[in-house]
Amino acid sequence: MSFIDNLMQRVSGSAKVSCKKCNHEDTVSVLEQHDYICPECGFYYRLDARTRIKLIVDKNSFKELDAGLISKDFLEFPGYQEKLEKARKETGEEDAVVCGTATIAENECALFVMNSKFIMASMGSVVGEKITRLFEYATEHQLPVIGFTASGGARMQEGVISLMQMAKISGAVKNHSNAGLLYITVLTDPTTGGVTASFAMQGDIILAEPKALIGFAGRRVVEQTTKSQLPNNFQKAEFLLEHGFVDAIVSRSELRDVLAELLTIHKRGDA
Amino acid sequence: MDSYEKLKTARKNGRPTGGAYVSEIFEFPLEFHGDRRFGDDLAIMGGVAFLDNRPVTFLAMEKGTDLESRMKRNFGCPKPEGYRKALRLMKQAEKFHRPVICFVDTLGAYPGADAEERGQGQAIAESIIEMMGLKTPVVSVVIGEGGSGGALALASANKIFILENAVYSVISPEGCASILWKESSQENVAKAADCLHITAQDMKNFGVAEDIISEDFDHFSEMCKDMKSKLISALDELCALSEEEVLAQRYQRFRKFGVFEEKKNGIFKRK
Repeated sequence: MSFIDNLMQRVSGSAKVSCKKCNHEDTVSVLEQHDYICPECGFYYRLDARTRIKLIVDKNSFKELDAGLISKDFLEFPGYQEKLEKARKETGEEDAVVCGTATIAENECALFVMNSKFIMASMGSVVGEKITRLFEYATEHQLPVIGFTASGGARMQEGVISLMQMAKISGAVKNHSNAGLLYITVLTDPTTGGVTASFAMQGDIILAEPKALIGFAGRRVVEQTTKSQLPNNFQKAEFLLEHGFVDAIVSRSELRDVLAELLTIHKRGDA
Repeated sequence: MDSYEKLKTARKNGRPTGGAYVSEIFEFPLEFHGDRRFGDDLAIMGGVAFLDNRPVTFLAMEKGTDLESRMKRNFGCPKPEGYRKALRLMKQAEKFHRPVICFVDTLGAYPGADAEERGQGQAIAESIIEMMGLKTPVVSVVIGEGGSGGALALASANKIFILENAVYSVISPEGCASILWKESSQENVAKAADCLHITAQDMKNFGVAEDIISEDFDHFSEMCKDMKSKLISALDELCALSEEEVLAQRYQRFRKFGVFEEKKNGIFKRK
Protein backbone atom coordinates (compact mmCIF):
# COMPACT_ATOMS: atom_id res chain seq x y z
CA MET A 1 0.00 0.00 0.00
CA SER A 2 1.34 3.44 -0.86
CA PHE A 3 1.74 6.07 1.80
CA ILE A 4 -1.10 8.15 0.37
CA ASP A 5 -3.52 5.19 0.25
CA ASN A 6 -2.49 4.28 3.73
CA LEU A 7 -3.03 7.83 4.93
CA MET A 8 -6.40 8.18 3.18
CA GLN A 9 -7.65 4.99 4.76
CA ARG A 10 -6.30 5.96 8.12
CA VAL A 11 -7.96 9.34 8.02
CA SER A 12 -11.30 7.78 7.17
CA GLY A 13 -10.69 4.93 9.62
CA SER A 14 -12.40 2.58 7.22
CA ALA A 15 -9.42 0.43 6.32
CA LYS A 16 -9.61 -3.15 7.45
CA VAL A 17 -6.66 -4.96 8.92
CA SER A 18 -6.44 -8.50 10.13
CA CYS A 19 -4.66 -9.64 13.26
CA LYS A 20 -1.40 -11.46 12.63
CA LYS A 21 -2.11 -13.89 15.39
CA CYS A 22 -5.81 -14.77 15.15
CA ASN A 23 -6.73 -13.29 11.73
CA HIS A 24 -9.58 -11.37 13.32
CA GLU A 25 -10.54 -8.44 11.08
CA ASP A 26 -11.11 -4.94 12.37
CA THR A 27 -11.37 -1.46 10.98
CA VAL A 28 -8.60 0.91 11.92
CA SER A 29 -11.01 3.09 13.88
CA VAL A 30 -12.02 0.15 16.06
CA LEU A 31 -8.38 -0.76 16.60
CA GLU A 32 -7.61 2.81 17.53
CA GLN A 33 -10.19 2.66 20.29
CA HIS A 34 -8.40 -0.43 21.59
CA ASP A 35 -4.92 1.17 21.47
CA TYR A 36 -4.07 -1.13 18.55
CA ILE A 37 -4.48 -4.27 20.63
CA CYS A 38 -6.53 -6.98 18.94
CA PRO A 39 -9.92 -6.99 20.75
CA GLU A 40 -10.22 -10.70 20.00
CA CYS A 41 -6.90 -12.18 21.15
CA GLY A 42 -4.95 -9.35 22.78
CA PHE A 43 -2.20 -9.28 20.13
CA TYR A 44 -0.18 -6.03 20.12
CA TYR A 45 0.01 -4.46 16.67
CA ARG A 46 3.36 -2.81 15.98
CA LEU A 47 2.95 0.94 15.90
CA ASP A 48 4.59 3.47 13.63
CA ALA A 49 6.25 6.39 15.40
CA ARG A 50 3.47 8.95 14.82
CA THR A 51 0.74 6.65 16.10
CA ARG A 52 2.79 5.91 19.21
CA ILE A 53 3.33 9.60 19.87
CA LYS A 54 -0.41 10.24 19.48
CA LEU A 55 -1.19 7.52 22.05
CA ILE A 56 1.29 8.82 24.63
CA VAL A 57 1.60 12.61 24.61
CA ASP A 58 -0.80 15.46 25.37
CA LYS A 59 -2.71 16.59 22.31
CA ASN A 60 -0.76 19.03 20.11
CA SER A 61 2.16 19.08 22.52
CA PHE A 62 4.68 17.28 20.30
CA LYS A 63 7.35 19.47 18.73
CA GLU A 64 9.64 17.57 16.39
CA LEU A 65 13.42 18.07 16.43
CA ASP A 66 15.97 17.37 13.70
CA ALA A 67 13.43 16.18 11.16
CA GLY A 68 15.71 17.11 8.26
CA LEU A 69 18.42 14.47 8.71
CA ILE A 70 18.73 12.18 5.74
CA SER A 71 20.68 8.94 5.33
CA LYS A 72 23.35 8.65 2.67
CA ASP A 73 24.52 5.54 0.88
CA PHE A 74 28.14 6.51 1.48
CA LEU A 75 29.52 2.98 1.10
CA GLU A 76 27.58 2.40 -2.13
CA PHE A 77 26.24 -0.71 -0.48
CA PRO A 78 24.26 -2.97 -2.85
CA GLY A 79 20.53 -2.26 -2.59
CA TYR A 80 20.75 0.34 0.18
CA GLN A 81 19.59 3.35 -1.84
CA GLU A 82 16.56 1.37 -3.08
CA LYS A 83 15.79 0.19 0.45
CA LEU A 84 15.86 3.75 1.73
CA GLU A 85 13.62 5.03 -1.03
CA LYS A 86 11.12 2.23 -0.56
CA ALA A 87 11.00 2.80 3.20
CA ARG A 88 10.55 6.55 2.73
CA LYS A 89 7.69 5.98 0.34
CA GLU A 90 5.96 3.43 2.54
CA THR A 91 6.28 5.31 5.81
CA GLY A 92 6.38 8.94 4.75
CA GLU A 93 9.37 9.32 7.11
CA GLU A 94 12.98 10.21 6.35
CA ASP A 95 14.40 7.57 8.68
CA ALA A 96 13.73 5.13 11.51
CA VAL A 97 13.39 7.44 14.50
CA VAL A 98 11.24 10.46 15.34
CA CYS A 99 12.55 12.81 18.03
CA GLY A 100 11.12 15.83 19.79
CA THR A 101 9.71 17.33 22.95
CA ALA A 102 6.21 16.94 24.34
CA THR A 103 4.21 16.92 27.52
CA ILE A 104 2.67 13.84 29.10
CA ALA A 105 -0.10 14.82 31.54
CA GLU A 106 1.56 18.24 31.53
CA ASN A 107 5.02 16.88 32.38
CA GLU A 108 7.60 18.13 29.93
CA CYS A 109 9.96 15.58 28.39
CA ALA A 110 12.17 14.79 25.42
CA LEU A 111 11.03 11.81 23.42
CA PHE A 112 12.40 9.45 20.79
CA VAL A 113 10.33 6.82 19.08
CA MET A 114 11.83 4.21 16.78
CA ASN A 115 9.79 3.05 13.84
CA SER A 116 10.05 -0.66 13.00
CA LYS A 117 8.28 -0.01 9.69
CA PHE A 118 11.40 1.78 8.41
CA ILE A 119 13.99 -0.94 7.49
CA MET A 120 13.12 -2.65 10.79
CA ALA A 121 14.31 0.48 12.59
CA SER A 122 17.91 -0.42 11.95
CA MET A 123 20.35 2.09 13.39
CA GLY A 124 22.57 4.02 11.03
CA SER A 125 24.10 7.50 11.13
CA VAL A 126 20.78 9.34 11.10
CA VAL A 127 19.24 7.34 13.95
CA GLY A 128 22.47 7.70 15.93
CA GLU A 129 22.79 11.41 15.30
CA LYS A 130 19.14 12.22 16.06
CA ILE A 131 19.12 10.33 19.36
CA THR A 132 22.49 11.81 20.35
CA ARG A 133 21.24 15.32 19.60
CA LEU A 134 18.08 14.62 21.59
CA PHE A 135 20.10 13.65 24.67
CA GLU A 136 22.32 16.71 24.24
CA TYR A 137 19.22 18.90 23.94
CA ALA A 138 17.65 17.26 26.99
CA THR A 139 20.82 17.73 29.03
CA GLU A 140 21.01 21.39 28.06
CA HIS A 141 17.33 21.99 28.82
CA GLN A 142 17.21 19.75 31.92
CA LEU A 143 14.57 17.44 30.49
CA PRO A 144 13.91 13.77 31.16
CA VAL A 145 14.12 11.48 28.13
CA ILE A 146 11.60 8.79 27.27
CA GLY A 147 12.70 6.42 24.52
CA PHE A 148 10.57 3.85 22.72
CA THR A 149 12.96 1.31 21.28
CA ALA A 150 12.41 -1.09 18.41
CA SER A 151 15.15 -2.27 16.14
CA GLY A 152 16.64 -5.11 14.17
CA GLY A 153 20.05 -3.77 15.27
CA ALA A 154 22.79 -1.74 13.65
CA ARG A 155 22.31 -0.86 9.97
CA MET A 156 24.88 -3.03 8.23
CA GLN A 157 24.59 -1.00 5.01
CA GLU A 158 26.52 1.75 6.82
CA GLY A 159 29.26 -0.64 7.95
CA VAL A 160 31.31 0.09 11.02
CA ILE A 161 29.99 3.67 11.17
CA SER A 162 26.64 2.28 12.34
CA LEU A 163 28.48 0.34 15.07
CA MET A 164 30.08 3.60 16.23
CA GLN A 165 26.60 5.05 16.83
CA MET A 166 26.27 2.72 19.84
CA ALA A 167 29.21 4.43 21.57
CA LYS A 168 28.18 7.88 20.36
CA ILE A 169 24.67 7.62 21.81
CA SER A 170 25.98 5.96 24.99
CA GLY A 171 28.29 8.93 25.57
CA ALA A 172 25.35 11.32 25.33
CA VAL A 173 23.23 9.11 27.63
CA LYS A 174 26.07 9.13 30.16
CA ASN A 175 26.32 12.94 30.17
CA HIS A 176 22.55 13.20 30.56
CA SER A 177 22.67 10.75 33.46
CA ASN A 178 25.59 12.57 35.12
CA ALA A 179 23.42 15.71 35.07
CA GLY A 180 21.00 13.85 37.35
CA LEU A 181 18.33 13.56 34.69
CA LEU A 182 15.87 10.72 34.19
CA TYR A 183 15.93 8.34 31.23
CA ILE A 184 13.11 5.82 30.78
CA THR A 185 13.19 3.22 28.02
CA VAL A 186 10.13 1.41 26.81
CA LEU A 187 11.17 -1.73 24.96
CA THR A 188 8.74 -2.58 22.19
CA ASP A 189 8.56 -5.43 19.73
CA PRO A 190 11.25 -6.13 18.46
CA THR A 191 14.26 -4.64 20.28
CA THR A 192 17.40 -6.54 19.31
CA GLY A 193 21.09 -6.45 18.42
CA GLY A 194 23.11 -3.28 18.80
CA VAL A 195 20.17 -1.29 20.15
CA THR A 196 19.65 -3.78 22.99
CA ALA A 197 23.42 -3.77 23.51
CA SER A 198 23.44 0.00 24.00
CA PHE A 199 20.83 2.65 24.75
CA ALA A 200 17.80 0.33 25.16
CA MET A 201 19.41 -1.21 28.25
CA GLN A 202 20.80 2.05 29.66
CA GLY A 203 17.59 3.51 31.07
CA ASP A 204 17.26 4.37 34.77
CA ILE A 205 13.93 2.63 34.43
CA ILE A 206 13.34 -0.03 31.80
CA LEU A 207 9.75 -0.86 30.86
CA ALA A 208 8.55 -3.30 28.24
CA GLU A 209 5.34 -4.00 26.37
CA PRO A 210 3.85 -7.46 26.93
CA LYS A 211 5.33 -10.24 24.79
CA ALA A 212 7.77 -7.88 23.05
CA LEU A 213 10.79 -9.67 21.58
CA ILE A 214 13.91 -8.35 23.31
CA GLY A 215 17.36 -9.83 22.89
CA PHE A 216 20.89 -9.48 21.66
CA ALA A 217 21.43 -12.39 19.27
CA GLY A 218 18.75 -13.59 16.86
CA ARG A 219 16.73 -16.63 17.90
CA ARG A 220 17.92 -18.70 14.93
CA VAL A 221 21.57 -18.05 15.78
CA VAL A 222 20.95 -18.91 19.43
CA GLU A 223 19.24 -22.14 18.40
CA GLN A 224 22.17 -23.11 16.19
CA THR A 225 24.66 -22.25 18.95
CA THR A 226 22.78 -23.93 21.77
CA LYS A 227 21.55 -26.93 19.79
CA SER A 228 18.62 -27.43 22.10
CA GLN A 229 14.99 -26.47 22.45
CA LEU A 230 14.51 -22.90 23.66
CA PRO A 231 11.68 -22.11 26.05
CA ASN A 232 8.52 -20.71 24.43
CA ASN A 233 8.89 -17.31 26.04
CA PHE A 234 12.62 -17.09 25.15
CA GLN A 235 13.64 -13.43 24.63
CA LYS A 236 10.10 -12.24 25.34
CA ALA A 237 9.47 -9.36 27.76
CA GLU A 238 8.25 -11.88 30.35
CA PHE A 239 11.51 -13.85 30.05
CA LEU A 240 13.53 -10.69 30.65
CA LEU A 241 11.38 -9.76 33.64
CA GLU A 242 11.93 -13.22 35.10
CA HIS A 243 15.70 -12.87 34.68
CA GLY A 244 15.83 -9.40 36.15
CA PHE A 245 16.43 -7.23 33.08
CA VAL A 246 13.29 -5.08 32.99
CA ASP A 247 11.64 -3.14 35.79
CA ALA A 248 8.07 -3.77 34.73
CA ILE A 249 5.88 -4.93 31.89
CA VAL A 250 3.22 -2.34 31.23
CA SER A 251 0.19 -2.85 29.04
CA ARG A 252 -0.26 -0.37 26.25
CA SER A 253 -3.48 0.99 27.70
CA GLU A 254 -1.77 1.87 30.98
CA LEU A 255 1.51 3.13 29.54
CA ARG A 256 0.60 6.80 29.38
CA ASP A 257 -0.51 6.86 33.02
CA VAL A 258 2.56 4.98 34.20
CA LEU A 259 4.89 7.34 32.33
CA ALA A 260 3.01 10.34 33.74
CA GLU A 261 3.45 9.00 37.27
CA LEU A 262 7.15 8.29 36.74
CA LEU A 263 7.72 11.79 35.37
CA THR A 264 5.87 13.29 38.34
CA ILE A 265 7.82 11.23 40.89
CA HIS A 266 11.10 12.41 39.39
CA LYS A 267 10.19 16.05 39.17
CA ARG A 268 12.87 18.01 40.90
CA GLY A 269 12.31 21.08 43.01
CA ASP A 270 10.62 21.88 46.23
CA ALA A 271 9.89 18.35 47.43
CA MET B 1 45.29 -8.53 -0.19
CA ASP B 2 41.54 -8.05 -0.64
CA SER B 3 39.07 -7.87 2.26
CA TYR B 4 38.33 -11.57 2.22
CA GLU B 5 42.03 -12.49 2.34
CA LYS B 6 42.43 -10.11 5.28
CA LEU B 7 39.47 -11.71 7.03
CA LYS B 8 41.07 -15.14 6.61
CA THR B 9 44.42 -13.82 7.83
CA ALA B 10 42.79 -12.20 10.86
CA ARG B 11 41.27 -15.57 11.79
CA LYS B 12 44.21 -17.77 10.82
CA ASN B 13 45.29 -20.59 13.10
CA GLY B 14 48.58 -19.76 14.72
CA ARG B 15 48.02 -16.01 14.64
CA PRO B 16 49.09 -14.63 18.05
CA THR B 17 46.16 -14.24 20.45
CA GLY B 18 45.52 -11.79 23.30
CA GLY B 19 47.57 -13.59 25.94
CA ALA B 20 50.68 -13.57 23.76
CA TYR B 21 50.61 -9.77 23.56
CA VAL B 22 50.08 -9.47 27.31
CA SER B 23 53.19 -11.52 28.09
CA GLU B 24 55.31 -9.92 25.37
CA ILE B 25 54.44 -6.27 25.95
CA PHE B 26 53.99 -5.89 29.69
CA GLU B 27 56.32 -6.39 32.60
CA PHE B 28 55.12 -8.62 35.46
CA PRO B 29 51.51 -9.13 34.35
CA LEU B 30 49.25 -10.47 37.11
CA GLU B 31 45.95 -11.96 36.04
CA PHE B 32 42.75 -11.38 38.05
CA HIS B 33 39.66 -13.55 37.78
CA GLY B 34 35.92 -13.33 38.09
CA ASP B 35 33.09 -10.83 37.84
CA ARG B 36 32.13 -11.16 41.56
CA ARG B 37 28.58 -11.90 40.45
CA PHE B 38 28.40 -15.15 38.58
CA GLY B 39 31.69 -16.63 37.43
CA ASP B 40 34.91 -16.28 35.52
CA ASP B 41 34.85 -16.04 31.74
CA LEU B 42 38.19 -17.03 30.27
CA ALA B 43 37.34 -15.49 26.89
CA ILE B 44 38.50 -12.23 28.46
CA MET B 45 41.68 -12.09 30.53
CA GLY B 46 42.35 -9.12 32.74
CA GLY B 47 44.73 -7.90 35.37
CA VAL B 48 47.46 -5.45 36.23
CA ALA B 49 50.98 -5.01 34.92
CA PHE B 50 53.67 -2.47 34.19
CA LEU B 51 54.18 -0.91 30.81
CA ASP B 52 57.62 0.63 30.77
CA ASN B 53 57.40 1.09 34.56
CA ARG B 54 53.93 2.64 34.37
CA PRO B 55 51.19 0.70 36.22
CA VAL B 56 48.36 -0.28 33.86
CA THR B 57 45.25 -2.45 33.82
CA PHE B 58 45.12 -4.80 30.87
CA LEU B 59 42.18 -6.60 29.28
CA ALA B 60 42.62 -9.11 26.50
CA MET B 61 40.19 -11.24 24.58
CA GLU B 62 41.73 -14.68 24.24
CA LYS B 63 40.59 -17.20 21.64
CA GLY B 64 42.90 -19.99 22.78
CA THR B 65 45.71 -21.62 20.84
CA ASP B 66 44.80 -25.31 20.63
CA LEU B 67 41.54 -27.21 20.79
CA GLU B 68 41.64 -27.64 24.55
CA SER B 69 42.38 -24.01 25.33
CA ARG B 70 39.91 -22.85 22.69
CA MET B 71 37.13 -24.82 24.36
CA LYS B 72 38.16 -23.46 27.73
CA ARG B 73 38.08 -19.91 26.36
CA ASN B 74 34.90 -20.41 24.37
CA PHE B 75 36.78 -19.56 21.16
CA GLY B 76 37.13 -15.98 22.35
CA CYS B 77 33.38 -15.30 22.40
CA PRO B 78 32.73 -13.55 25.73
CA LYS B 79 29.66 -14.14 27.86
CA PRO B 80 28.04 -11.47 30.06
CA GLU B 81 30.29 -12.44 33.00
CA GLY B 82 33.33 -11.72 30.81
CA TYR B 83 32.15 -8.19 30.10
CA ARG B 84 31.25 -7.72 33.76
CA LYS B 85 34.72 -8.84 34.82
CA ALA B 86 36.22 -6.41 32.32
CA LEU B 87 34.07 -3.58 33.66
CA ARG B 88 34.98 -4.43 37.25
CA LEU B 89 38.66 -4.17 36.36
CA MET B 90 38.15 -0.93 34.43
CA LYS B 91 36.42 0.60 37.46
CA GLN B 92 39.31 -0.59 39.60
CA ALA B 93 41.73 1.08 37.18
CA GLU B 94 39.74 4.31 37.47
CA LYS B 95 39.87 4.18 41.27
CA PHE B 96 43.64 3.78 41.29
CA HIS B 97 44.26 6.16 38.37
CA ARG B 98 45.76 3.52 36.08
CA PRO B 99 45.25 3.70 32.32
CA VAL B 100 43.60 0.72 30.64
CA ILE B 101 44.88 -1.17 27.61
CA CYS B 102 42.54 -3.56 25.79
CA PHE B 103 43.33 -6.16 23.15
CA VAL B 104 40.30 -6.89 21.01
CA ASP B 105 39.90 -10.18 19.18
CA THR B 106 36.50 -11.82 18.91
CA LEU B 107 34.13 -13.15 16.31
CA GLY B 108 31.47 -11.57 18.51
CA ALA B 109 29.80 -11.84 21.89
CA TYR B 110 28.65 -15.41 22.54
CA PRO B 111 25.15 -15.94 21.09
CA GLY B 112 24.06 -18.76 23.40
CA ALA B 113 20.85 -19.22 25.37
CA ASP B 114 22.70 -18.92 28.69
CA ALA B 115 24.30 -15.65 27.59
CA GLU B 116 20.90 -14.24 26.62
CA GLU B 117 19.46 -15.39 29.94
CA ARG B 118 22.16 -13.53 31.85
CA GLY B 119 21.70 -10.36 29.81
CA GLN B 120 24.30 -10.27 27.06
CA GLY B 121 22.80 -7.08 25.65
CA GLN B 122 22.69 -5.42 29.06
CA ALA B 123 26.28 -6.43 29.85
CA ILE B 124 27.60 -4.91 26.60
CA ALA B 125 25.42 -1.81 26.98
CA GLU B 126 26.76 -1.25 30.48
CA SER B 127 30.35 -1.76 29.41
CA ILE B 128 30.01 0.79 26.60
CA ILE B 129 28.29 3.47 28.67
CA GLU B 130 30.67 3.04 31.60
CA MET B 131 33.67 3.19 29.27
CA MET B 132 32.32 6.43 27.81
CA GLY B 133 32.30 7.79 31.35
CA LEU B 134 35.60 6.29 32.56
CA LYS B 135 37.85 8.97 34.04
CA THR B 136 41.06 7.18 33.17
CA PRO B 137 42.52 6.89 29.64
CA VAL B 138 41.76 3.77 27.60
CA VAL B 139 43.64 2.57 24.52
CA SER B 140 42.35 -0.42 22.54
CA VAL B 141 44.20 -2.48 19.96
CA VAL B 142 42.28 -4.64 17.49
CA ILE B 143 44.66 -7.56 17.03
CA GLY B 144 42.50 -9.97 15.05
CA GLU B 145 38.75 -9.73 14.65
CA GLY B 146 36.73 -6.79 15.91
CA GLY B 147 33.35 -8.49 15.90
CA SER B 148 30.52 -5.98 16.32
CA GLY B 149 29.10 -4.95 19.71
CA GLY B 150 31.06 -7.70 21.42
CA ALA B 151 34.26 -5.91 20.33
CA LEU B 152 33.00 -2.36 20.92
CA ALA B 153 32.40 -3.33 24.56
CA LEU B 154 36.20 -3.20 24.97
CA ALA B 155 36.84 -0.54 22.33
CA SER B 156 34.92 2.55 23.50
CA ALA B 157 38.36 4.03 24.01
CA ASN B 158 40.34 7.28 23.71
CA LYS B 159 42.50 5.83 20.96
CA ILE B 160 42.26 2.74 18.80
CA PHE B 161 45.08 0.97 17.00
CA ILE B 162 44.51 -1.83 14.55
CA LEU B 163 46.93 -4.39 13.22
CA GLU B 164 47.61 -4.35 9.51
CA ASN B 165 45.75 -7.62 8.91
CA ALA B 166 43.05 -7.24 11.54
CA VAL B 167 39.41 -6.48 10.68
CA TYR B 168 36.61 -4.57 12.41
CA SER B 169 32.98 -4.92 11.41
CA VAL B 170 29.40 -4.20 12.43
CA ILE B 171 28.41 -7.77 11.53
CA SER B 172 30.40 -10.82 10.46
CA PRO B 173 30.58 -11.05 6.66
CA GLU B 174 28.95 -14.50 7.02
CA GLY B 175 26.02 -12.98 8.91
CA CYS B 176 25.72 -10.17 6.40
CA ALA B 177 25.77 -12.57 3.44
CA SER B 178 23.13 -14.84 4.91
CA ILE B 179 20.80 -11.90 5.64
CA LEU B 180 21.25 -10.21 2.28
CA TRP B 181 21.72 -13.10 -0.09
CA LYS B 182 20.24 -15.95 1.96
CA GLU B 183 23.39 -17.99 1.57
CA SER B 184 26.86 -17.59 3.00
CA SER B 185 28.81 -19.22 0.19
CA GLN B 186 32.47 -18.27 -0.03
CA GLU B 187 31.71 -15.96 -2.93
CA ASN B 188 28.96 -14.15 -1.01
CA VAL B 189 31.08 -13.85 2.11
CA ALA B 190 33.90 -12.32 0.08
CA LYS B 191 31.45 -9.88 -1.49
CA ALA B 192 30.01 -8.98 1.92
CA ALA B 193 33.52 -8.43 3.31
CA ASP B 194 34.14 -5.96 0.49
CA CYS B 195 30.82 -4.14 0.88
CA LEU B 196 31.19 -3.79 4.66
CA HIS B 197 34.65 -2.15 4.46
CA ILE B 198 36.30 -4.07 7.29
CA THR B 199 40.05 -3.70 6.74
CA ALA B 200 42.58 -1.78 8.84
CA GLN B 201 42.99 0.71 6.00
CA ASP B 202 39.20 1.26 5.95
CA MET B 203 39.28 1.92 9.72
CA LYS B 204 42.04 4.47 9.29
CA ASN B 205 40.09 6.17 6.49
CA PHE B 206 36.90 6.35 8.58
CA GLY B 207 38.82 7.61 11.60
CA VAL B 208 37.63 4.54 13.52
CA ALA B 209 41.30 3.73 14.18
CA GLU B 210 43.96 6.34 14.80
CA ASP B 211 46.79 4.25 13.48
CA ILE B 212 47.68 0.96 11.81
CA ILE B 213 50.32 -1.25 13.37
CA SER B 214 52.50 -2.99 10.82
CA GLU B 215 52.80 -6.79 10.87
CA ASP B 216 55.72 -6.74 8.50
CA PHE B 217 58.34 -8.09 10.90
CA ASP B 218 60.33 -11.31 10.99
CA HIS B 219 59.55 -11.98 14.63
CA PHE B 220 56.53 -11.48 16.83
CA SER B 221 58.75 -9.83 19.44
CA GLU B 222 59.83 -7.13 16.97
CA MET B 223 56.24 -6.34 16.10
CA CYS B 224 55.40 -6.12 19.81
CA LYS B 225 58.32 -3.76 20.34
CA ASP B 226 56.85 -1.42 17.77
CA MET B 227 53.37 -1.78 19.29
CA LYS B 228 54.80 -1.16 22.74
CA SER B 229 56.41 2.10 21.71
CA LYS B 230 53.13 3.23 20.10
CA LEU B 231 51.24 2.36 23.30
CA ILE B 232 53.76 4.21 25.46
CA SER B 233 53.53 7.39 23.41
CA ALA B 234 49.71 7.16 23.34
CA LEU B 235 49.68 6.89 27.14
CA ASP B 236 52.23 9.70 27.52
CA GLU B 237 49.87 11.91 25.59
CA LEU B 238 46.63 10.80 27.29
CA CYS B 239 47.98 10.66 30.84
CA ALA B 240 49.02 14.31 30.55
CA LEU B 241 45.34 15.26 30.21
CA SER B 242 43.05 16.13 33.14
CA GLU B 243 40.09 13.82 33.88
CA GLU B 244 37.75 16.29 32.20
CA GLU B 245 39.95 16.39 29.12
CA VAL B 246 40.11 12.59 28.94
CA LEU B 247 36.31 12.44 29.02
CA ALA B 248 35.88 15.25 26.52
CA GLN B 249 38.41 13.76 24.12
CA ARG B 250 36.65 10.38 24.18
CA TYR B 251 33.22 11.96 23.75
CA GLN B 252 34.37 14.04 20.77
CA ARG B 253 36.15 11.05 19.29
CA PHE B 254 32.85 9.17 18.96
CA ARG B 255 30.64 12.23 18.53
CA LYS B 256 32.03 12.84 15.05
CA PHE B 257 30.97 9.48 13.56
CA GLY B 258 28.08 9.66 11.14
CA VAL B 259 27.59 10.37 7.46
CA PHE B 260 24.31 12.03 6.51
CA GLU B 261 22.78 15.06 4.88
CA GLU B 262 20.79 17.71 6.60
CA LYS B 263 17.86 19.53 5.11
CA LYS B 264 17.28 22.92 6.67
CA ASN B 265 14.38 25.01 5.35
CA GLY B 266 14.37 22.86 2.27
CA ILE B 267 18.08 23.39 1.62
CA PHE B 268 20.49 20.50 1.80
CA LYS B 269 23.56 21.00 3.88
CA ARG B 270 26.28 18.49 3.21
CA LYS B 271 28.02 16.98 6.14
